[in-house]
This record gives sequence, C-alpha cells and structure tokens, in this order.
Amino acid sequence: MIPLQAMTIALVGLGGLAVVSVRDPLRQAIVLGIYGLTLILLFVVLQAPDVALSEIVVSSVAFPFILLTALAKMRDRR
Amino acid sequence: MTRRTRLGTFVAAGAALAVLFVWALTGLHAFGDFQGEYGRILNRTAGSQRHVTNVVAAIVFDYRGFDTLGEESILFAAVIGIALLLREARDEGERRIDVVRSDFIRAVGLFAVGPTVLVGLYVIAHGYLTPGGAFQGGVATASGLVLLYAAGRYRAYRAASPKAMVDLVEGTGIGTYTALGVASLAVGSAYLANVVDLGTKGTLASGGTIPILNAASALAVIAAVVLICHEFLEELMTPA
Repeated sequence: MIPLQAMTIALVGLGGLAVVSVRDPLRQAIVLGIYGLTLILLFVVLQAPDVALSEIVVSSVAFPFILLTALAKMRDRR
Repeated sequence: MTRRTRLGTFVAAGAALAVLFVWALTGLHAFGDFQGEYGRILNRTAGSQRHVTNVVAAIVFDYRGFDTLGEESILFAAVIGIALLLREARDEGERRIDVVRSDFIRAVGLFAVGPTVLVGLYVIAHGYLTPGGAFQGGVATASGLVLLYAAGRYRAYRAASPKAMVDLVEGTGIGTYTALGVASLAVGSAYLANVVDLGTKGTLASGGTIPILNAASALAVIAAVVLICHEFLEELMTPA
C-alpha cells in the first residue's frame, strides 16, 4: 500500500465517523456528501474511474435529492 | 436492561467481534493482490475481441449484458413502485410556492443546466472508450434537468420533461435492450450476443452492439431518474 492509498483510506474512515457523529439529519445529508467525496478520491486512487463516476452521481445527486426531499416533506408535516 | 448489563453485553460482544475481525484480517490476501483470473483474461482479450477501449463497458454491455438487463429491470421496477406508492391522494389543487430567493444560486444553477446535460451526454457517448457509460452519464444528464427545479422553478422542470415523453423514453430504452437480444437470437446467435460489425477500436463506431445497448440503457436511466424525481417533487409540492 502506498502512502497516498493509506491516506485516502484513513480519510474515508474519518468521513464515516463524521457522518455518524452528526445528529441533525439535514446536516448529516451535507456531511454525507463530503463523505462521498472521500470515497470518490479513494476510487480514483485505487484506479477505478468507472466506480468513481458512479459514486459522483450517487453521492452528489441521487442520494442527497431523495434525503432532502424526504426531510423537506417531514418538516412540512410537523 | 440496566446500564450495567447493557455495558457488559456490549463489552463481551465487542471483544468477541474484535477477535474475529483480527482473525479474518490476518487471513486476507495482501493489499492489491488480485485473485480474479477472469478479470485478468478480459483485460488481455476484451480489447481485441470487442474493439472497445473501456473493458468495463465490454463486461457490462456484452460479456455480462444479460446481468445489465436485470439491473435495468430493477430500476424500472423501482420507478413503477415509487409511482404506485406515491400516487394516492394527489390532486391538482393548490401548490406550494417555490421561489429561489438567492439571485446568485439561481444564476449559477441555471447556468449549470446546459453544461451538466452536456457532460452527462458526453459521458454516455464515450462510455465504451473512456470511463463512464449509461448509468453515470444518465444520472448526470437527468440531474441537469433537476437543476431546473433546484435553481429555478418546479414548473420549468415539469415543462422540460413532459411525463408522457419521459414514459416513452423509459419504455424505448428497456424495449430496445430487450429487442436487441431477441434480434441476435433471430440471426442464430445466443441472446444478446454481439452480432453487429465491431468497427474500428478507439472510435465512436466500435464495439458492435455495445454502443447500442449503452444508448438504450442511457435512455432508460435518464428517464428513470427523471420519473423518480417527478414523483418525489410532486409529493413535496403538494401541501400536506
């Protein structure tokens, strides 16, 4: 494992911790986006560009969209 | 359960898990030690066999083309499921007013619509030459449309993606994929076998059926994401 790989893996670990340590769902959605970014970095470093591209669209478009619309709807109900 | 027993259970279970985890870790192959012989064979032969420069695309739309048909169907089923689930009690009554208050967000967001769609289409079109393909590019293209809502107005998004047309695109995507498989049966090959002229490697006209299946999947993915967003936004815009 080269240092760059080790660093990115550590970054992903930190990102995961950050996501679970945020309690407010709205903030969590944002932090989740940043966590996705660390995963994208990891896939690029591990030379899996196809997976990195998939992760980009999933973590920056699909997932936040569904989370945010659901949160907005729930705020409505309250 | 008292706090004490709860802690005790956690420590015991955690310790057992830690032991198993370390045990499993010591049995792993070394980092980067790839055991998949199939992958190595494809890396060597896919380029000359299928005339594509992105081996992943050759696997997704050719060697494992049938699996991809299954994945498309999952997406299709998800769209139908969401549409059925969110359909109830929705009338065209009053709508929530959606205004993007920040001029900056509106300007940047709407400016990004064109480039996002363009990048998406580019990623689709070059899916079998460079990394990317139907799924990645499809979601990116659809997200360009969703930007119309996020930075503009819901009505602009609806106007840009008439439901009847999106339904048609979705069906065309899945239908073309399935029909191409049947077509290869008709000429005497296996289902989804690559029966079209393979073209020149490294150009857009290469890969035989791979570009066609790629385009069909892209249509299905774009339409599926747009339809899912339709349903979610419709639900959001109707006051509870």
